[in-house]
Amino acid sequence: MTRLKADRRHAVRFSLNGKPVEAEAEPRMLLSDFLRHQLGATGTHVGCEHGVCGACTVVVDGMLTRSCLTLAAQVDGCELKTVEGIAPSADRLGVLQQAFRRNHALQCGFCTAGILMSLDHYLGKNPNPTEAEIRDLLSGHICRCTGYTPIIQAALDAAAELTSKKETSDA
Amino acid sequence: MKPPAFDYLRAGSISDVVEGLAQQGGDARVLAGGQSLMAMLNMRLAKPKLLIDIMRIKELRQIERKNDAVVIGAGVRQADLLAWPDLAEALPLVALALPWVGHVQTRSRGTICGSLAHADPSAEMPLALVALGGEVLLRNARRRRRVAAKDFFAGMMLTARADDELIEGISLPVIKGSRVAFREVARRHGDFAIVACAAMKTPNGVRLAVGGVADVPTARDWPRLEGSALDDALNAFAYELGARDDVHATARYRRDLVRMIGRDLIREVLQ
Repeated sequence: MTRLKADRRHAVRFSLNGKPVEAEAEPRMLLSDFLRHQLGATGTHVGCEHGVCGACTVVVDGMLTRSCLTLAAQVDGCELKTVEGIAPSADRLGVLQQAFRRNHALQCGFCTAGILMSLDHYLGKNPNPTEAEIRDLLSGHICRCTGYTPIIQAALDAAAELTSKKETSDA
Repeated sequence: MKPPAFDYLRAGSISDVVEGLAQQGGDARVLAGGQSLMAMLNMRLAKPKLLIDIMRIKELRQIERKNDAVVIGAGVRQADLLAWPDLAEALPLVALALPWVGHVQTRSRGTICGSLAHADPSAEMPLALVALGGEVLLRNARRRRRVAAKDFFAGMMLTARADDELIEGISLPVIKGSRVAFREVARRHGDFAIVACAAMKTPNGVRLAVGGVADVPTARDWPRLEGSALDDALNAFAYELGARDDVHATARYRRDLVRMIGRDLIREVLQ
């Protein structure tokens, strides 16, 4: 049992995109704010702060997670993946990100980080999704620019490319 | 949109939780998946002095099949139950209703019992608990008790849980060979329901449970009804639920939905 006092800062440690990180947080600090302000990982965006818009979605121990509905203290010792962990290197886009670019699946980009996290997580488990499945997944995100159609196209496009790459590398 | 200050207790055992609740009482809240409570904290609709995180307690994370019941622990996430291989066979109504709870991105964290503790009158899990006639398993530092679903929900976001009690789990009956149906109307999939209905064939007739209309999910049993007798019964039930107008829908529309969805589901399960 660990009790963290309200008026103090406490060390929070976890693995972020494969690297150990540590910073201090009051118990009330949201994971979204911890990532952005304490760790400087500003790829994760903050929209509604009550779990509706999906912009702040990250992956914690393999679970899609609204970082605005999660306390930094809750993920102590966990493994986190954020949008910074999707690209193969800092100057290259991953397959899903390239598909977003090709299909004009973003305009202002505010919602994009969260949507990329949901799709990256989903395609990892379901390599051949149907359009209906992608639509159901995207119902957990709000995008006010695109009308969603290009995002669905990008997701299906990325799924097809990932599947064909896997087949080529398996052969 | 930031939570007020609170102490955070990472409980290692159930006794940590019930002792924390005993000391802090109404100023403590149990934190499970956080999908309702964290939003309430961010909006400062809840201002506890202590949050007790129960998700590291392994014994609360179990789904147990016990003869004619399934016991679901307080730490079982909605996604865990959806992925449980026996769900469709043991709890077909829950299998139908659970995909309507929030979204993939919230079911991954949110718990079954957390949704019951929150007791939103439009939520699907409270409706399923009432429709099935399940029980809530409560525990404080001194004793355990079981509360029937119909007695658990006391009003809008109010339950029979005392301030010092933990919802340890729920027990849902496995009803062999029961025909069930579920339908919901909401503006968007994943929103709270305007009206949600669950129907179940019973030995003597049919049960219809309705969420989103009255302050608590409400079930009604009827003998096998048909034609105008069924319409009259549904109409009376729709009025008894005391629907109100709000920003989402008018009372009249809600009564219409109860009559129409109710009739469809009852026909479906009695067919």
